[in-house]
Amino acid sequence: MPMPNDTAFLSDPVLHRRTWYLRGVRASFSIPGLILASAFVGFAGLAREAGLTLAETVFMTGVVWALPAKVVLVGAILSGASLPAAAFAVALSSVRLMPMVVALVPEMRNERTPKWVLYLLSHFVAVTSWVLAMENLRHVPRSMRTSYYAGLGSTLVVVNMVVVGIVFQIAGALPPSASAALLLLTPIYFLTSLWGSARERAGHVAMILGLFLGPVFHVLLPGFDLLAAGLIGGFAAYGFHRLRRRKTQ
Amino acid sequence: MTFDAIETWWWPFLFILIAGWLATDAWRFLGVYLGGRISEDSDLIVLVRTVATALVAAVIGNLIVFPSGALADTSLALRLAAALIGFLAYLWIGRKVLVGIAVSEAVLIAGMVLGL
Repeated sequence: MPMPNDTAFLSDPVLHRRTWYLRGVRASFSIPGLILASAFVGFAGLAREAGLTLAETVFMTGVVWALPAKVVLVGAILSGASLPAAAFAVALSSVRLMPMVVALVPEMRNERTPKWVLYLLSHFVAVTSWVLAMENLRHVPRSMRTSYYAGLGSTLVVVNMVVVGIVFQIAGALPPSASAALLLLTPIYFLTSLWGSARERAGHVAMILGLFLGPVFHVLLPGFDLLAAGLIGGFAAYGFHRLRRRKTQ
Repeated sequence: MTFDAIETWWWPFLFILIAGWLATDAWRFLGVYLGGRISEDSDLIVLVRTVATALVAAVIGNLIVFPSGALADTSLALRLAAALIGFLAYLWIGRKVLVGIAVSEAVLIAGMVLGL
């Protein structure tokens, strides 16, 4: 991306902001954006099977946004979890959004950025928009970075709300084999993307433990299966991380 | 207090707002509030990531072993084979998510056509 002279546009800041907003919009149409949309195709089928209505599914897409959190929420609904258990499981799966926002905020703000803008934009933070932003923001003039991220984040949210709405309505008319293929999309998307996004070996250990413990606790502790598998698998993988580090020191 | 505990139009939306929106945006807002004061590599962040990964993986395990809808009519062996072969294809062919998805779906559809 060419780096324009920051002062050349100052005569028309509104036009300038719109230009960078639109560049953000354009950045969302990318390979990571395409992969994300295919994951939302799968999510729409999953939510429909779980008994959610079209309005509930599109609403959930907009207000939760992060796909892992939504998949955990639908998983909790499917296993008959109560509101506190579901909220706790979703909150545990979403703590990781916090350090992502912490890393993004210093990249995005300047000394005059109002706080409310950052709070508003933080809603768009989920893996795909975060990765795209961390890659591209350094090519954007600092004063325009909030506009750029607003374009990128809002486009991803709105496009995927539309994708979810359309697929939800088509899903009811699919033949059984296509419907089965649609329901396999979410598991295979997360099998590959969770493995790929793990920062350390402990992430792979956590994934393998979770895959086994989920179904085990589904039988042993219905309603609390996700919490039990997440906490036990997560802490065990963390223990592995500590042991491994001690050995290498 | 489950998702379908109360027979009104607004209850599912309230459930989604509390268990979904509040449980995710609270962390995002806390991130803005803290803004740049924690490191991505601290030990606590590793624990945060492993718990989140295990939770999502648990849902994935359940979706493969105890699926709903049309996927429930396929055999467990076929679902495991589709997931495993797709995952291996992802590992061996350039670590592309789309490759994993395509191979996995191909195995599932071939299995259904062959009546496995």
